[in-house]
Amino acid sequence: MVTIEINGKPVQAEQGKMLIEVADEAGITIPRFCYHSKLSIAASCRMCLVEVEKAPKPLPACATPVNDGMVVHTRSPRAISAQRSVMEFLLINHPLDCPICDQGGECTLQEMALGYGKDISRYSEAKRVVGNPDLGALIATDMNRCIHCTRCVRFGQELAGVMELGAPGRGEHMHISTYMEHSVDSELSGNVIDLCPVGALTSKPFRYSARPWELTAHFAVSPHDCVGSNMRVDVRRGKVMRVVPEANQIVNEEWLADRDRFSYTALNHPERLTVPMIKQDGQWQETDWDTALTRAAEGLRDIVQRHGAESLGAWAAYGASTEEHYLLQRLMRGLGSANVDHRLRQQDFRDQAAQPAYPSLGQAIADLEQLDAVLLVGGNIRKDQPLLAQRLRKAARQGAKIMQLDAVGHDLAMPLAEQSIVADLHSEMLGVLKALVSEKGEAAPQGLGEALAALEPSETQRAMASALLAAPQASVFLGNLAAAHPAAAELRQIARELAKLSGARFGQLAEGGNSAGAWLAGCIPHREAGAKPSTQAGMDWLQMCEAGLKGYLLHGIEPELDCIDSAAARRAMNQADFVVAISSFAGEGLKAQADVLLPQATFFESAGSYVNAEGHWQQARGCVAAPGEARPAWKILRVLGNLLDLNGFEYTSVEAIHSEMQALFGDVAMLAGEDWQAEQSWRPPEGLLRLASHPIYRVDAMVRRAEPLQATRDAEQAVLRANPATLDVNGLTGATQARLSQGGVSVVLPLCEDETVADGVLLLPSGLDEACGLGAPFAAVQLENVD
Amino acid sequence: MNAMVQFLKSLTLKELRSGMGVTGRYFFGKKFTVQYPEERAPQSPRFRGLHAQRRYPNGEERCIACKLCEVICPAMAIDIESEQRADGTRRTTRYDIDLTKCIFCGYCEEACPVDAIVETRIYEYHGEQRGDLLMTKEKLLAVGDKYEAQIAADRAADAKYR
Repeated sequence: MVTIEINGKPVQAEQGKMLIEVADEAGITIPRFCYHSKLSIAASCRMCLVEVEKAPKPLPACATPVNDGMVVHTRSPRAISAQRSVMEFLLINHPLDCPICDQGGECTLQEMALGYGKDISRYSEAKRVVGNPDLGALIATDMNRCIHCTRCVRFGQELAGVMELGAPGRGEHMHISTYMEHSVDSELSGNVIDLCPVGALTSKPFRYSARPWELTAHFAVSPHDCVGSNMRVDVRRGKVMRVVPEANQIVNEEWLADRDRFSYTALNHPERLTVPMIKQDGQWQETDWDTALTRAAEGLRDIVQRHGAESLGAWAAYGASTEEHYLLQRLMRGLGSANVDHRLRQQDFRDQAAQPAYPSLGQAIADLEQLDAVLLVGGNIRKDQPLLAQRLRKAARQGAKIMQLDAVGHDLAMPLAEQSIVADLHSEMLGVLKALVSEKGEAAPQGLGEALAALEPSETQRAMASALLAAPQASVFLGNLAAAHPAAAELRQIARELAKLSGARFGQLAEGGNSAGAWLAGCIPHREAGAKPSTQAGMDWLQMCEAGLKGYLLHGIEPELDCIDSAAARRAMNQADFVVAISSFAGEGLKAQADVLLPQATFFESAGSYVNAEGHWQQARGCVAAPGEARPAWKILRVLGNLLDLNGFEYTSVEAIHSEMQALFGDVAMLAGEDWQAEQSWRPPEGLLRLASHPIYRVDAMVRRAEPLQATRDAEQAVLRANPATLDVNGLTGATQARLSQGGVSVVLPLCEDETVADGVLLLPSGLDEACGLGAPFAAVQLENVD
Repeated sequence: MNAMVQFLKSLTLKELRSGMGVTGRYFFGKKFTVQYPEERAPQSPRFRGLHAQRRYPNGEERCIACKLCEVICPAMAIDIESEQRADGTRRTTRYDIDLTKCIFCGYCEEACPVDAIVETRIYEYHGEQRGDLLMTKEKLLAVGDKYEAQIAADRAADAKYR
């Protein structure tokens, strides 16, 4: 620690820290544009010039390390004159179009100009004019306004891991632009809008629609991924105008994924459900709540009376709030059925009883930055959990070994130490385990001896094992593709053993926004709220499909699009006599399958709490009123409970449900899970395997309808992807389209060569309209040439 | 003594006569009464009457939906909705001034960076039913189109003081 003096005030600071950080901590404001606490230092704007005694010239506070005895003046005549001069230069080329600029009212340059600018410009020559690159559907550009702080460029390189934006040229000719003329496709691209201190980069969906002073801020938690990002929802006259990050250093820092930022654009989609509807003789009729709820309750009661409560099932969305999951399972269990599930993107539930209280990351989100070695199995963390990937990227920049074991070599935008792209994740993981066992010279873990005996680990597997072993802080993560694997339980077992043997932590990258909340609330067939074993035996969702249940209560989902096995979901819906759907949106698919549609408020419109992957429980209060007759789902479930004469459905507020849950949850977060042993019997089926997981912008009904997101490159097109060798084996070299047949359903889709896909594998993501009706991933499919 | 003076004043009708004197002076003096509506009182170029929205000579509306008038309006009489027009410019889709709320302070005109919203010399207008005094964008532009010559002349006359 050193002592310096700022404006006559002695300040204690760490040696080597930058002056601007020390001043910020001491509450002394120094003007700045290019400095940002989360980015590297550029010292390009020179706005933070301050006077340091004994220094011949004013020094930039963001790039001046503190030294003992330093005497700094931030408001001395010399410092102010330097700052004013810099301001004058910055304004030379800045257009005076504040009245039409979306940044107007929240613009750093505008604020600084008020404090440091002159009333009238002395500059009368022509201003610089720069073209505006088209950065895609999310970011609008007005590059004349750019002041070359390079925050956006640094964000791309350092945090998003992409070199999309750059600053070619020098001096007067420097300009920010994409290197190639194409859109910015990072899943974190929206953050440059917040970073830009001027109006050069602004939000395209928000463009010209409101002024910052008209907006009222509300807090919300994003349910689109398991990070639980904190959001500030800006509302004008009861309408959500935009979403910006709410800084929370332990969750999302100051960032937000594009999915969280722009999903609000779906709120007023034409398919938004605003009136309760019932199906009468195959025709949809709008009706009032009384009629619709009575019809729903009668229908459910009728199923219970005619077929027994066991023929009733409930499927919930991953992103529903914990309160909704809790009420849904209470309703179902109250009716006498434990058939309630939310794990619609999984297909192996053999180890469910041994699982911990919820699928956990195994560590705090912030701790990901400290990791030294990471093994990522099956899943595109960059697109599935963008902000977790961002934390890992930081670790990778500090030298962490990131290892990818997957069936598709997704570009994770971070340096990879090892990469293994194979169709058979299962035996590849066993290989790593074998390498670990032999490196440690220990006996094979219990129950795995037989499976490991015959294996001879490859070079890559050995390298992965020794990296895990050598790292002081290591983690093994199972991603979304691994969760959707038909032998996911076995993968979990191997991953847990890998972690145990190497001293690493085991984490699951939960595939849904509120998976943890759903597990804790008992929205799973084998456990009640608070991780207590269920008194009745319930079926998981695939068992429900097989059993051909007669009645379903759907909560916030579109079965064919949300379920990983779309074929099974379609069969189940067709076999059912009565389907009640509580939903915010109703597309053609849902309308064809449901009998009653109850309009539900989205997470922007209802209060609720969410538990993220690290077990952090966050509450949101809702930001706007739901449109039309739509109501918060907890109210719908409450009234359904009353109509079905169930006990304990007298809640008057969401807080009452919350406190009831709080009492039940207690310390369950500590429930660690037990060892579970499989026979390790899974073998990949013969022939071509289809891989599928939900792409970034298909994860829930809302995201699927967010038009700006669907206009980005990440919005997955229905294209069959396979590597050239696989195409060659199937006689499809050079073909432009092919017919894919899976379980009797076939679709003709464009075909694309993709080197990143493993041998013997065909990639067609699930959750796409075109993939509706196709079966589960990792199943054999046929591919035919139709050219 | 005081009572004596009071008595003499009331006896001689002094105060009545001095009052009648004022009446007589104005009765025979020069008249200021304006015979409205045949005659009109003179107006300053700064007169703040009915609002108008102006256009550029090429017919393009001036307003750029910056909403500065809306935010400065002390009576909250202005209501604006904006969007990006097909040609990429920032424009209003709604611009309402509720004349029953307006206090004719002229702040909107002062705040406007493009001289789009102005207050004209018009003070004779009425409404026959509810809503007649809600000036929509179309009505405001129509006023502007009709009186543009006068509006421009008034701005020019006042330009050196602004």
